Amino acid sequence: MTMHPILAALRKHKAGVVLISLQIALTLAIVCNAVFIIGQRVERVNRPTGLDENDLFLVTQQWVGAPSGDDPAGVEKLDVMQREDLAALRNLPDVASVAPSNSVPLLNSSWTGSLSLKPGAQLGSKGGTRTAYYFTDEQALTTLGLHLVTGRAFNAGDVQHQGARDQRDRPVVIVTKALADKLFPQGNAVGKVIYSDGSTAPSTIIGVVERLQIPSTGSWGNAFTWYSTLVPTRLDSSYARYVVRAKPGRRDAAMRAVPAALYAVNPMRVLDDDESVKSFADIRASAYRADVGMAILMGVVCLILLCVTAAGIVGLTSFWVGQRHRQIGVRRALGARKVDILHYFQIENLLIAGAGVVLGVLLAVGLNTWLMTHYEMTRIPLPYVMTGVLAMLVLGQLAVFVPARRASNVPPVTATRAV
Amino acid sequence: MNATEQLKMFAYYLDLALRSLRRNRALTMLMVLAIALGIGASMTTLTVLHVLSGDPLPGKSAQLYYPQVDPQDIKGMYPSKEPPDQLTLIDGLNLLHAARADHQALMTGGSVPLQPEQSSLDPFYVEARYTTADFFSMFDAPFLYGHGWTEADGEAKAREVVIAKSLNDKLFAGANSVGRTLRMAGTSFRVVGVLDSWQPNPHFYDLNTGSYAYGEQVFLPLQTMLELRLDRGGSTDCWGNGGGGVGSILPSDDCVWLQFWVQLDSPAKAAAYKEFLAHYSQDQKALGRFQRAPNVRLRSVMQWLDYQMVVPDDVRLQNGLAFGFLLVCLVNTVGLMLAKFMRRAAELGVRRALGASRRALFAQLLIESGVVGLVGGIGGLLLAMFGLWLVRQRPSDYAALAHLDLSMLFTTFVLAVCATLLAGLLPAWRACQIAPALQLKSN
Repeated sequence: MTMHPILAALRKHKAGVVLISLQIALTLAIVCNAVFIIGQRVERVNRPTGLDENDLFLVTQQWVGAPSGDDPAGVEKLDVMQREDLAALRNLPDVASVAPSNSVPLLNSSWTGSLSLKPGAQLGSKGGTRTAYYFTDEQALTTLGLHLVTGRAFNAGDVQHQGARDQRDRPVVIVTKALADKLFPQGNAVGKVIYSDGSTAPSTIIGVVERLQIPSTGSWGNAFTWYSTLVPTRLDSSYARYVVRAKPGRRDAAMRAVPAALYAVNPMRVLDDDESVKSFADIRASAYRADVGMAILMGVVCLILLCVTAAGIVGLTSFWVGQRHRQIGVRRALGARKVDILHYFQIENLLIAGAGVVLGVLLAVGLNTWLMTHYEMTRIPLPYVMTGVLAMLVLGQLAVFVPARRASNVPPVTATRAV
Repeated sequence: MNATEQLKMFAYYLDLALRSLRRNRALTMLMVLAIALGIGASMTTLTVLHVLSGDPLPGKSAQLYYPQVDPQDIKGMYPSKEPPDQLTLIDGLNLLHAARADHQALMTGGSVPLQPEQSSLDPFYVEARYTTADFFSMFDAPFLYGHGWTEADGEAKAREVVIAKSLNDKLFAGANSVGRTLRMAGTSFRVVGVLDSWQPNPHFYDLNTGSYAYGEQVFLPLQTMLELRLDRGGSTDCWGNGGGGVGSILPSDDCVWLQFWVQLDSPAKAAAYKEFLAHYSQDQKALGRFQRAPNVRLRSVMQWLDYQMVVPDDVRLQNGLAFGFLLVCLVNTVGLMLAKFMRRAAELGVRRALGASRRALFAQLLIESGVVGLVGGIGGLLLAMFGLWLVRQRPSDYAALAHLDLSMLFTTFVLAVCATLLAGLLPAWRACQIAPALQLKSN
C-alpha cells in the first residue's frame, strides 16, 4: 500500500489531525516527566539507611523537674539518671540491646558539623566536610545493626559523657565508608586523625562502617546524606533518646514493656504513648509519606491521562470511519480486502501518533528543562523518553483497533447506497 | 430582535443542543467526563494551593514586618547574602527595648510539661509560645475571657499564662478560668486570659514549628521563660564557637533562635524602621559586636512567607500536573467537538439554506459546547470535592485545611464553562464556514 492516499486523506482533516497529534504530544510530555518523578521518589524511598531496621524502635523521653545541665553536678546527676534508664531497658526480657543516641536516620532531628584534616580549621573552609553526628555508646553498632568494614567498634573505655551544650574533645570516632573515602581518597582511614568543628584536639578514626544515613531527609542534607560520624559520648540533658533492638520478632512486646519499666525507675517523666515509643518502621513511614503520596498521585493522574487520550483517539477515529463509510464501501467493491481497510486506519494512526511523539519528545525535554530550573530535578534519562514514545505508539494502535475493525466490516454493497 | 425573541431563540438552541447531545450519547459522555476529570483534578490542586498560599491575617498582615539583621562573624560557616532568619537574644532585646515600631514582640517556641490538678489526667506536654506582651494586640488574637499580660508584668517575669480554648475546654470544661492556677514545669502560673479559637495559617510568626495547622496551647511571657529556663524548641543556627541549646539550656550569644515582629502602620514608618535597623547594625559594628557591614531586611508577612517558600514544592508540582492534565482534556474535547460539528455539515447546510445566519449557527453550536461545559463543571465539582476529601485523608500537616470555599466554587464553574466555550470556538467557527449550497448538493 502506498502512503499517498493516506496522506491525501489526512490533508482533508487538518484540524482533527493536528489536534490529536497535539494531544498525543502533550500526553507524552506530561507522562514522561511524571513517571520520571515517580521513579526518583521510589528510588529515594527504597534506599537503605544502613541500619538493620527490623526489631528496632526508638524511645524519646523527658524528665520532669530534672537538674539543669548547666553545672557539672547537674550533668553528673543527669548521667546517672540516663544510665539507670539504660540498665532498666537492657534488663527487659524482650530486649537484645540498647544504645543512647541523639537521633536516628530519617528522624529529621540532627546535630551537624564539619570535619577537617587540619587542626583549628575555620568552619566551612576548603577541605572540610559536612557531617551529622550520632552521640552514642559502645552498644551502638550492635543495636543499630551497622556493618563494620574495617577497624574496631567502640568499647566501654571509649565512652565519655558531657552536658548537651558543652564542647568536649572527641578522641575516637567511627565514620561511614563514604565519609572515610571523601576524607582519605587513598583509603586506610583507620588510625588517621581528623579534627571536628574547627577544634584543635585530634580525633582518631578507629573504625569504618559500611553505610549510615544522616537523620535529615530534607533537601538541605542532600550534599552529605551518607557522611555520618559516630561519637562514643552520652549527651546529658533533661531529655534523652534510646535506640532499642528487640529480640527477633519481639518488637511489639518490647515496645509495650518500655513505659512501665521506665516509670518504675523514675515516675517523674513525660512519656506519651503515641510519640515516645516509636518503631523504626513508623519513623520511616512518616519520613517518606509525602514522597509515597506524591508518587501515587502522579501515577493515578498518568493513568487517567492515558485513558482520556486513548478515548479521544477512539472517538475521533470512529467519526472518521462513519464519515468515510461510503468511500470504504467503494474501496471494498473495487477489490480491497478487509485487512487492507484495517491496515489503512492502523497506518493512518501510526502517522498521526508518529508526528505526535516527535513533537512530544521535544515538549518532554522542554518541560524537563523548565522543571530543572524551578525544582530539584535532574535531566530525564533517554530510556524514560524512549519507553514513553513506544507506549504512546502502542496506545494509539490499541485505541484505533476497534474503530478500524468496524471500518473493515463495512460491506462492499454500501458503495451502491446513498448515505 | 427584542429580549423575548432572544430568549425564545436561546431556548430553541438549547433544545437543539440537547437533542444533538442525546444523539451521540457515548461521545457526549466522553466529552463531559474528560472535562469533569480535568476540572476536578485542577480544582483540587488549585484549592490546596489557594489554601496554602493564603494570607494568615487578612487586613492586618500588610502592617506587620519581620526585621532581620546580620550578627554573624566574618568567616561565617555559610556565607550568604541573606542575613539569618532569626535573631540572637541580645539583638532581640535591644530592638524590643528600642521600641521604634508601633508595636513589637520578641518570641520563640517550645513545649512545657503540664501537671493537671485533676488526678485523673497524667502529666502531658503542651506546645508553648514564649513572647513579649504586644503579641496579642499585634496579631489580633481574640480573647474569650480575660486579656494578655502587660508589658510591666512581662518585664517583672510574672508567672502568668494565656491559654488556648482547646486547653481551657480540656482542663476547665470551658468555664471562665481567669484567676485559676496552672502548674507547668514545676511552677505555678496564674491564668490571665483564654483565647478564642485562633490559628493563623500558615503559622507565619514562627515557621520552624511546621507551617500549617499548628497552634500553641499556652502563651507565657518570654522573660519568665528566660528566668525559669523552660524547654525551647525550633531552630537554632550558630556560628563561630556558638553552641546550640538543647532542652532547658539556652543557646549562646553566637546563635540565632528568636523571632521578632513589628507593626508599622504606614510605608513611611516602614522605611524609617529599615533605616533604624541599618543604623543599629552600624552601631553594633562600631561596638565590635557585629563584624559584617550592615545587612538588614524588613519583609512584610506575605513577603516573608514568599521568601521562606512555605508552599511545598510538591503542591506546586501537583498543580502544574493537574493543569497539564486539564489542557490535554481540553484538546481532546476540541478534537471531538470538531469531528462532531463537521459530521453535521449537512444539517447545518440545510439551516443555512433556510435562512439562518452564520451568527445564529455559531450561537447554536456554542450553546451546545456550553452545555457540555456546564455538565462537565458539575461533574468536576463533585470530583474536586472527592479529591479534597482524599487530600484530607492524607497525613500531611495541611491536610485538614483542604476545603472548597465559595470563591473556589465559583472559579470551578467559570473555569469549566469558559474552557469548554473556548474549546467550542474553533469547531463552531469551522462549521459555520460551510457554504449552504455545496452541502445540499453533495447529498
